[in-house]
Amino acid sequence: MAFVPGQPVTAVVQRIEIHKLRQGDNLILGFSIGGGIDQDPTQNPFSEDKTDKGIYVTRVTEGGPAEVAGLQIGDKIMQVNGWDMTMVTHDQARKRLTKRNEEVVRLLVTRQSLQKAVQQSMLS
Amino acid sequence: MSAAMDTESTYSGYSHYSGHSKKAHRQGSRDRHKSPRSKDGSRSEKSVTIQTPPAEPLLGNDTSRAEEGQDDNWGETTTAITGTSEHSISQEDIARISKDLEDSVGLDCKRYLGLTVAAVLGLLVFLTPIAFILLPQILWRDDLEPCGTVCEGLFISVAFKLLILLIGTWALFFRQPKADLPRLFVFRALLLVLIFLFVFSYWLFYGVRILDLKDTNYQGIVQYAVSLVDALLFIHYLAIVLLELRQLQPMFTIKVVRSTDGESRYYSLGHLSIQRAALVVLENYYRDFTVYNPALLTASKSRAAKHMAGLKVYNVDGPGNNASGQSRAMIAAAARRRDSSHNELYYEEADHERRVKKRRARLVVAVEEAFTHIKRLQAEEQQKAPGEMMDPREAAQAIFPSMARALQKYLRTTRQQQYHSMESILQHLAFCITNNMTPKAFLERYLNPGPTLQYDRDRWFSKQWTLVSEEAVTSGLQDGVVFVLKCLDFSLVVNVKKIPFIKLSEEFIDPKCHKFVLRLQSETSV
Repeated sequence: MAFVPGQPVTAVVQRIEIHKLRQGDNLILGFSIGGGIDQDPTQNPFSEDKTDKGIYVTRVTEGGPAEVAGLQIGDKIMQVNGWDMTMVTHDQARKRLTKRNEEVVRLLVTRQSLQKAVQQSMLS
Repeated sequence: MSAAMDTESTYSGYSHYSGHSKKAHRQGSRDRHKSPRSKDGSRSEKSVTIQTPPAEPLLGNDTSRAEEGQDDNWGETTTAITGTSEHSISQEDIARISKDLEDSVGLDCKRYLGLTVAAVLGLLVFLTPIAFILLPQILWRDDLEPCGTVCEGLFISVAFKLLILLIGTWALFFRQPKADLPRLFVFRALLLVLIFLFVFSYWLFYGVRILDLKDTNYQGIVQYAVSLVDALLFIHYLAIVLLELRQLQPMFTIKVVRSTDGESRYYSLGHLSIQRAALVVLENYYRDFTVYNPALLTASKSRAAKHMAGLKVYNVDGPGNNASGQSRAMIAAAARRRDSSHNELYYEEADHERRVKKRRARLVVAVEEAFTHIKRLQAEEQQKAPGEMMDPREAAQAIFPSMARALQKYLRTTRQQQYHSMESILQHLAFCITNNMTPKAFLERYLNPGPTLQYDRDRWFSKQWTLVSEEAVTSGLQDGVVFVLKCLDFSLVVNVKKIPFIKLSEEFIDPKCHKFVLRLQSETSV
């Protein structure tokens, strides 16, 4: 998942579809994000490459919509509903995820274990 | 009979060596008389047999002499002193005597020869310009052209330049030599040769061109003399640069390690020859290194002895003398053996430290208390003194007994007792009282072992030095040169390293470019 400037980023991704849950006046997804191009990437405990300024899932609430949909802690979010999340600020990411008129968000997430699984299946 | 022999185990007599020794009063040179018919062969290997001349023995030995002839068992009933210790003491005596003899006889000649040559040359050189000026006046005065103000001006300049040269030479060269170097000082010799050749060539020219032809141009002659003095001043400048200035800039760092206890220091030197570098090291040795104390080395020696004594090698396979195999087997066996000597060392050292600290605390308290008994009288009070007035020495003697015991115990524990006699302690106490020093200042001399210069000359253990070097001692210092300065009891190993070439570059920082930003790590729940 290390990115080389100027080259397109390639990753093995998983599609996750989260149906937002209504809680009072808010629609919640049930996880927390960290990271962004305006944040400090060295403090990210989940990233492999400490210069990676992408959006990572830092917490997943138990029983929430995200957990039900299969989102795991430490996942890097690559796209939200088609919008790129690899080069956005933290606030932009929050806004993309919490649009009031969307009930479903479709994420493309990547994690280390996906890459490894693909490699193993290629070998065998 | 045997009881008498039991108590009379050693008695001193004159040996061959102590007759010549200057230190015949040393307590170490006691030798045993032994009857030539010693029964046990192995015992005679360990004991010293010295045939004394039939001179009178010192103490009342007649009874024991008579009994020696009758007592066959004297070997078993007398206490035996192992020959090794006696051997080593007498060897030391011999070494010291031979060195003393060397000292007194030969080497001063070399030094005085050099000095006289230099002095004669200097005098010759100084008188040469004067001779150049005066000789025409003396020899062919009437033929000379009159030479008025110009010549007089030149005379004045010659006079002042000679005066400056004289003062400069006195300042540079006429100093008490502080050391005796083994080989000659190359730069000085070169300079002397240069001066000699120079003056010789001037005299040659003068003799051939001027004296023989009786040149009448006096102004030219005087100008010739002035040029000689100018050139001599330039040679003096050259001497300053070569002898004094060149070695000021540090080029080498040398590490000096004392072989007995590993104490080390670093010094910076410029371009010097090895012998002059050795001189610098020795001058700094007396100031920087703590005094050599052989009593502190006994612990490690006893440990080493215990290591060696543990194993014995027996050769069961035959008479083959496999010496290297034996020693390797010993080393391997020693490595495998589980000895607890490290444990002993640790606890012994911890114990010793505790003891030293305790004694130190007692000493400090005793000295502080002793110092409170003394008060200095001001000048006005001296007229109307209440009690008897004492001078510093008496005051020291008055307060010394209260701290003497604690001080002596402390010195014994730190094994410094032979460096401080009671007289020296009293003197130091009087000195401290005179100069208004606090108890701590008085104790500073005893709590830490000081540099060698602080102690009495007899206790130095290091007066005669030998320079051991693989390269010629007049060659200059190079990177990686190692030489050793040996004295009788220990040696200083000196290692020379070149100061690395430093590449210094500059970087300009605009004071306005210091900017900072907060490190954010926010986590938002969605």
